[in-house]
This record gives sequence, structure tokens and C-alpha cells, in this order.
Amino acid sequence: MEKQFLTDAAERYYHNEMTPEERVYFEKLRNDNPEADQIVVEHLFFLEQLDRLSRIQKLRQVMNTVEDKLEVEGAIQLKNNKFKAKVIHIWKRYKRTISVAAAAAVVVSVFTASGVSIFSQNKKAALTPLVDRKLNQMEHKLNQMENKLKDVATPQTTPFEANFRATGFLLNRNGYIITNAHVANLARNLIVENAKGVQFTAESIYSNTLTDIAILKITDSNFKRTGPLPYTFREEDADLAEQIFTLGYPREEIVYNQGYLSALSGYYGDTTSYQIGISVNPGNSGGPVLNKNGEVIGVITSKETNADGVVFAIKAESIYQAVKEIKEREQDTIKIVNDNSLKGHDRVQQIKSLSNYVFKVKGN
Amino acid sequence: MKKNLGYFSSLTVLTDRQVDNFNDERALLKGLASHDPHAIELIYRQNYGVIEGFIIKNNGFAEDARDVFQEAMVILFEKAQSDSFELNCLIKTYLFSVSRRIWLKRVQKNKKTYLPEMDILEETIPVEEDLETHLKRNEDLDLMEAAMNKIGEPCKSLLEAFYLQKKSMPEIADQFGYTNADNAKTQKYKCLNRLKKIFFSQYKTEE
Repeated sequence: MEKQFLTDAAERYYHNEMTPEERVYFEKLRNDNPEADQIVVEHLFFLEQLDRLSRIQKLRQVMNTVEDKLEVEGAIQLKNNKFKAKVIHIWKRYKRTISVAAAAAVVVSVFTASGVSIFSQNKKAALTPLVDRKLNQMEHKLNQMENKLKDVATPQTTPFEANFRATGFLLNRNGYIITNAHVANLARNLIVENAKGVQFTAESIYSNTLTDIAILKITDSNFKRTGPLPYTFREEDADLAEQIFTLGYPREEIVYNQGYLSALSGYYGDTTSYQIGISVNPGNSGGPVLNKNGEVIGVITSKETNADGVVFAIKAESIYQAVKEIKEREQDTIKIVNDNSLKGHDRVQQIKSLSNYVFKVKGN
Repeated sequence: MKKNLGYFSSLTVLTDRQVDNFNDERALLKGLASHDPHAIELIYRQNYGVIEGFIIKNNGFAEDARDVFQEAMVILFEKAQSDSFELNCLIKTYLFSVSRRIWLKRVQKNKKTYLPEMDILEETIPVEEDLETHLKRNEDLDLMEAAMNKIGEPCKSLLEAFYLQKKSMPEIADQFGYTNADNAKTQKYKCLNRLKKIFFSQYKTEE
């Protein structure tokens, strides 16, 4: 009965229903009697949780009513209207921004795309954003045509329907390639393509979503050991303001860009990456970041979406870590040779040599 | 790093329509804090569309948008209710930032989709901390809901009537058919003890 009295009192205390005298008495009781105090504290915490639940449930009720109202008005999308939502939304976006002819084309492609998603309902997460994917396929078609026109001489490669493209670069001459985990995890089938347009099948042997480093291994029997790597990997931190450059595939063609090291930490102070000032685009993910001596200091991973020129690169240290982890798992031993042949050459020479070691990574 | 735009610096990017409603914003937050349906509806009208658009564009469905928006509203609601509350950006910016983080988190959980190219024109502010606290507190809330579901009837209804719907003891006695309020109170006490036991036992095992 005493306990009931205490919790009762605690409740009235919590709701401010005590007279001042009662309050003083109650506080004294708690003060003198640790056991009673413990019961009260526990109960107060419990009441707070209950109260919070009550408040949030009430809020959710109101929100549900509001949502129903707005849904009837047509101000917000129907809850279960899965396919229509996307189409309408994209239509709304595009009808404002592009010319009538282009809009018509997009709408057509969007409709075929939603047709595809009907048949693969459960693969929602595997689909890359509709429009981008579509554009990529268009680009792919264009490329096919371009290639056919361009070189009749080179043997026809088997067409690979990729739905994304990123960058990767060799870790050693035996066909190990570094790229981002977010790239490797996108795909079931992966291929890499060198600067000459020759494609090799590859598989992901390591992928760490925390550091965002993945290592691919070229499994293709046509792949032959390359010459020695011209660049080395820098294990220590690079210096602030250091001039840096990158090669990558934001387009089907290799693209060079240069910039500087802006900060020794990345997004929200992440010390495993750098912030760099450089212009990159989707497709640059997984590309190497090198300093003027031809040392790889990092791997491009992401950019701040709402700010210009704020790019993040994973520190090369994480590459060493990956190699170590692979070895510890007794999965494979990857040798990193540290013999730099880029140092002292001018940039044009460096890029000429480097571009043979930077690959397109594609997948579906 | 992320731009930390305070209220005044965000003024520079505001459109005319938005500048004069600093007071409206405060009124809206007050309304939200007190469950006012009009305020909540207005917040929906002003903000839901942008966030729905963002989520749908980034591989989500209308259903996801509802979920995420409600979650963001709960966070803002609890912020608005706290004594030390001060929002140093627009409601719109806050809701968008929180919703964006929640959605990114969910997508990253699924791992398969990476979204490097979301072109956000809306400005955002760092909300990581708010979100962390919220997620932590939500665990407590889940435990409480789970405990509620475990105690069974009539305890569940009785406690809900008193603690969640805030009905008075005589009302409850009447509704549940107790002969007087004191009997109902004794029963409520017993039920509460059971709920407490379940709640704290889950709590301990969770840790």
C-alpha cells in the first residue's frame, strides 16, 4: 500500500497537483528515504515515457486526418499509387523545364520505364533513379552507334547493357582494381573497360561500406598482366593546399581534372577522408586522386550536393587497410609495389602514362 | 563542409513571400506544439510537396514520403514542445533537412542504391544531432508501445484511457463499469505495475 501511495504522490507531483505544503513534505520524504526516492524517480521516468507516447500518438492522429483531407483534395499523392506517383512527378518536373518536343520524348521513355518496374516490383531498391537510368541507356545506345561508325577495325565486343558507370584504377599489375563500395554494391555483374575500350569481366572481392572502398578482381581470361604501375600509394596524410588531379569517366571518354586539397577531414569531420576542391561529376566515383609526384592520396567518393566544388575523397590509408583485411581473411595476398615513375615528369606525360591504368567500371 | 545557415543568413536566399512570415512561423510552431489541426495542415500544405517530390525522385514511393514526413514532423514537434526551444532556421529548411537525412539513412540501409546525383536546390542545415537523439528516444518509445501491447485487456484500455487519452477516474469507472472511481483506481494501479514491470524488464534486457 505504501508503494501505491508513493506512485500516486509521484503522479500528482508530476502533474503539479500538490499544494505547496504537500510538495515540501514530499520532497523531504524523498530526501530522507533513498528507497522511496528510487521508486519515485523510476515512476517519474516511466510517466514521462507514457506522456510522450500519448503526445506523439495524438500528433499522428491529427497528421493522418490532415493527410486524408489533402489526399481527397489532390494536394498530395495517393498513398498506394506506386507507379503513378513517379510518372506524375517526373512529368511535373519536366513539363516546366524542357521544350515540348523533349518533354514528349521523356514522357515516352518514362512510361516504358514504369512498365519495366511493374514486372520487377520487388526490386525497387535495385533500380537506379528512373530518369538517370534511362539517360544512361540512351547514352549507351548512342555510344554503340558511335563505336560502330568509328572503328570497324576493332573486334566487336559483346554488348554489355550497363545501367551505371563509374571509375576504378589498378591496385597492382595483376588486375586488382580499386573503386567505391557504393559502386561495387550496385551491381550483380561487373565489367571494367580500359582506355582502349576493351572490356573485362570482374568481380568484387572486397567491399567495405564504412570506408566505401571496394576491390575488384579482373576474372577475364583475356586479361594480361599490365606493365608496372607508374604511381604509388601514399599511406600518410597529404598536405593541406597540395595540388591534386584526377582521371575518371564522367563521360564515356576519360576526363582529366585538377584542384587542391581543401581539408584533411571529410563530411562532418570524417577523418578517413579529405575534402578537395575539384570539379567532378557522377561517374567520377572511384577515381584516383594524385598529387604532383604521382602518389595516389585518395579515391573520389562523393560530392556535397548543395555546394559547389566540395568533393570528398577517401584517404589512401583505407586502401592499405583493405589489402590488410583481405590478407587476414586469407582470401588473397595482394602485393603493392612502391615504385613511382611519374615523379618529375610534366603533367601531360604523367596523364599519358596514367590513363592506361584507370578503368571504367560498369555494371548491371 | 556543410553550410550552417542561421536564420539571418538564410534571409538572403528567401523569396519575398517568405520574408514577412517570421511571426507566422512562430505561430505555426506554437500550433504544432499544441496539436492544432489548422497549424498542422498549414505546415503540410507549405512543405509536404517538396519533400514528397524529393523522395519520389530519389527512388521512393508516396508511402515512403508519408512515413518520412511524419517522422520529421514528430522531431519538430518535440523540439517545439521543449522549453529551451529555438529554431534558428525556417520550418521549411528544417523539415527538408531532417526528411532528407532520414531518407538517405533508409536508402543507405538498403545499400543497393547510391544517390550521388540528387540535385537539391533547397538549402539544408546539419540535423545529424537532432536525428540521433530522436532515434535514441524512439527506442524508449517503442519499448513502451511493445509493453502496452503485451499487458492484455482490460489493462491496456484502462491505462490508455487514463494515461494516453487523459480521461478522469470517474469517467473511466463509468466506461469500464466499475462501481466507483476508487475501485477503478486500484485496478489502474495494478495494471500500471504490470506495465512497469514489462517495460523495465525489456529495458534491461535491451541494454
